[in-house]
Amino acid sequence: MAGVLRMREAAAPGRSGTARGALVRLVLVRLAASFAVLWGAVTATFVLLQVMPGSTADVLLARSSVTPAIRARLVAEYGLDDPLPVQYLTYLGRIARGEFGESYVLRRPVWDEIAAQLPDTLLLVATTLLVTVVVSVLAGLLSVNRRAWVRSLFAAAESLVVALPPFWLGLLLLTVFSFTLHWFPAIGSSSPAGLVLPTVALAAGPAAVVAGVLREGLLRAMEEPFVVTARARGIGEAALRLRHVLRHALLPVTTLLGWIAGSLIGGAVIIEIVFSRQGIGRLALSAVANKDMPVVVAVVLVTAVAFVLLTITVDILTWVIDPRTRDAGR
Amino acid sequence: MTAEDPLVAVRDLTVRFPVRRGEVEAVRGVSFRIGRGQIVAIVGESGSGKSVTARSLVGLAGEGAHVAATELAFDGIDLRAVRGRGWRAVRGRRVGFVLQDALGSLDPLRRVGAEVAEPLRAHGVVPAREVDAEVVRLLGEAGIPAPEGRARQYPHQLSGGLRQRALIASALAARPDLLIADEPTTALDATVQRQVLGLLRERVGHGTAVLLISHDLGVVAEIADHVYVMKDGLFVEDGPAARVLESPSHPYTRTLVGAALGRAARPRVTPGGSPREVLRAEGLVKEFTLPGRGAFTAVEDVSVTVRAGETLGVVGESGSGKTTLGRLLMGLLDPDAGRVLLDGRPWDGLRGHARRTARRGVQMIYQHPLSSFDPRYTARQILEEPLRAAGTAGRERAVRVARVLEHVGLSPAVLDRHARELSGGQRQRLAIARALAPEPQVIVCDEPVSALDASIQAQVLDVLADVQERLGVAYVFISHDLGVIRGLSHRVVVMKDGRVVESGETRRVLDHPAHPYTRALLDAVPRFAVRGRLRSRA
Repeated sequence: MAGVLRMREAAAPGRSGTARGALVRLVLVRLAASFAVLWGAVTATFVLLQVMPGSTADVLLARSSVTPAIRARLVAEYGLDDPLPVQYLTYLGRIARGEFGESYVLRRPVWDEIAAQLPDTLLLVATTLLVTVVVSVLAGLLSVNRRAWVRSLFAAAESLVVALPPFWLGLLLLTVFSFTLHWFPAIGSSSPAGLVLPTVALAAGPAAVVAGVLREGLLRAMEEPFVVTARARGIGEAALRLRHVLRHALLPVTTLLGWIAGSLIGGAVIIEIVFSRQGIGRLALSAVANKDMPVVVAVVLVTAVAFVLLTITVDILTWVIDPRTRDAGR
Repeated sequence: MTAEDPLVAVRDLTVRFPVRRGEVEAVRGVSFRIGRGQIVAIVGESGSGKSVTARSLVGLAGEGAHVAATELAFDGIDLRAVRGRGWRAVRGRRVGFVLQDALGSLDPLRRVGAEVAEPLRAHGVVPAREVDAEVVRLLGEAGIPAPEGRARQYPHQLSGGLRQRALIASALAARPDLLIADEPTTALDATVQRQVLGLLRERVGHGTAVLLISHDLGVVAEIADHVYVMKDGLFVEDGPAARVLESPSHPYTRTLVGAALGRAARPRVTPGGSPREVLRAEGLVKEFTLPGRGAFTAVEDVSVTVRAGETLGVVGESGSGKTTLGRLLMGLLDPDAGRVLLDGRPWDGLRGHARRTARRGVQMIYQHPLSSFDPRYTARQILEEPLRAAGTAGRERAVRVARVLEHVGLSPAVLDRHARELSGGQRQRLAIARALAPEPQVIVCDEPVSALDASIQAQVLDVLADVQERLGVAYVFISHDLGVIRGLSHRVVVMKDGRVVESGETRRVLDHPAHPYTRALLDAVPRFAVRGRLRSRA
């Protein structure tokens, strides 16, 4: 350790170049690892769909009664009677080439379907994240230097909000703000006003959780010796919180936010239904119910890719926030 | 600098803190003055109230503190009337504060330059576009080499001495009239300590007054004009530094003077061990690579042997490779060349279970025990963990815990407390007890007493000597403190730049050093040059 310290001294200026190199390496390693994640996700999907009851041929033939000969031709065409390993490898090969095929049910290319739904979902996730961050940072900063009972009040309110089921909150918001006050539309994905209520319903829980974590982080950081030093320099309490303490508290929060954003992509389904919105979650739900294999696979892949990208984003954010992690790759 | 016009005038200062039942009076009515351009020191051991006294001058005595005084004035400002925002004009601008704990006092997420710039920006000392240049100038003034590069670095990339100097630069940035320095040299080795004291003295030359808080009379003797000796919230003695140190009248001052002269911290060298070797290192080499910067050799061709029941002292300044050597001996690092043999068996040949079993034979004690304890663990859990890992049964564990507790002189009452609820001395005893629990043959002690007060230091060293006498455990004792090394070690190795430059019997090496570096180390120890001072003043 002593030796290490001295070595760092020797290597004083201009280290940022190598530190940036370390970040690039980190991202590359993450990307490589993400292929394993994607492969795992695709394989798990295949297995799950195989063990689910009902045959794919029935799905394909859902709306028509056909002769056994036609049915047999269909089965052969889709390779449904091949041995499982062969089906699996064909499936992997198609995905690797980016051929997701057509939806069994909607009879449209899967990508068209995804492309139609994704913008709505991403927009909702983005607004939800934004509201989560703004609300939790405000709540955290406002509550942290209060008396203990004020903090307990905040904590109690947060527990209550976390305990609210989002669909119930959604219905409540609809009743009050759409049906009674007519402030916001009750359905639809198109207008910005239509985004407000679903965002609130989705962000409430995460915002409450993040606010709690953030406050704990702030409280912990406020006890660090550098806080007294900063105060002794004559800076104001607001500057102390924004310049020093908040960054420390944000470290655990970034990881949490990454996870929240990832789970919202496929997990906003209940809110999408309550507010009659389009979205990936809804698409996934109907695809699973219909055993619409191509769509399910595509949704899983999109979600997995989103998680991978978010993980890398969190890594980069951590790298930006905490200089100590930059030397860790040594 | 007349007595009628002091910079700081304090009369009957009391500071009370609310505790669960009632209050604790940390400062119980102290009065002192600091003249312009004067160096005043408050000396006392931890818990004496000296830090709280100093912090009261900037309104940072602590959460819930009740500060009262019949006079509390800084340059004509009645500090008792200052509230909230009013303090901001005083803090940083008029009074610079260097807090204890250089490691934690710089925000680890911000560049050193930004930290130093903070008082400049907060008080608008220089125009915004000149801040960067001013920061570089301040860092250079504080004796930091290549200040442009340092300003862009983060605190963890700086050594302890550099961080301490950066902190002082930050406290001096707005050119305050008073600099309060709380233990500015604790945990710094002798050479750096000297540089930091030189820096303080130089500022005084520019008219800044200094309030120095320290437990180390050796430091105070070097630079203070006037000394207040504090014990249990009261000043027991004060006077010109030379007088107080030369002829202390209060028994407590005498203890402190004794400690500084190395009298109190006089641990025993135990009768010593058998010729049996328990730990042997042969030709150890350890390099660290920096991305894009090649290799740095922290330990180069080091061979040492440790015999049962003896203490091997490892001396050197920070950066000499002492700690890396300790980690290699512990098997926490693998050497690039050479090998470590424990009881004749090499570490590196062992893997998995065998390695873990062998590890019980070598334990470690750190400088900051608190950070080596799980904050959620009670003392009992801390002591039981290594036993659990060794598969000791429940009833046997309780017996062993009681035994090691007795060895280190801790009462069983501490078992249900968390480490942070223990005093510094108790924590280090707990660390020793934990190291003893797996019944090791060797304990590597890395600066185990350098963060402790002199009298506590003596107690902990005593415990170490006791344990060695009773259990025959061997120590590898890493320290920059030659006094401590001399008091405890049978043999000593002196390290510089990763190499052993001298080794042998402790007395031989320290009394008749052969290598110029050993002589330089011995010379850098702050002397109690009271007589010399008196002469120079007369």
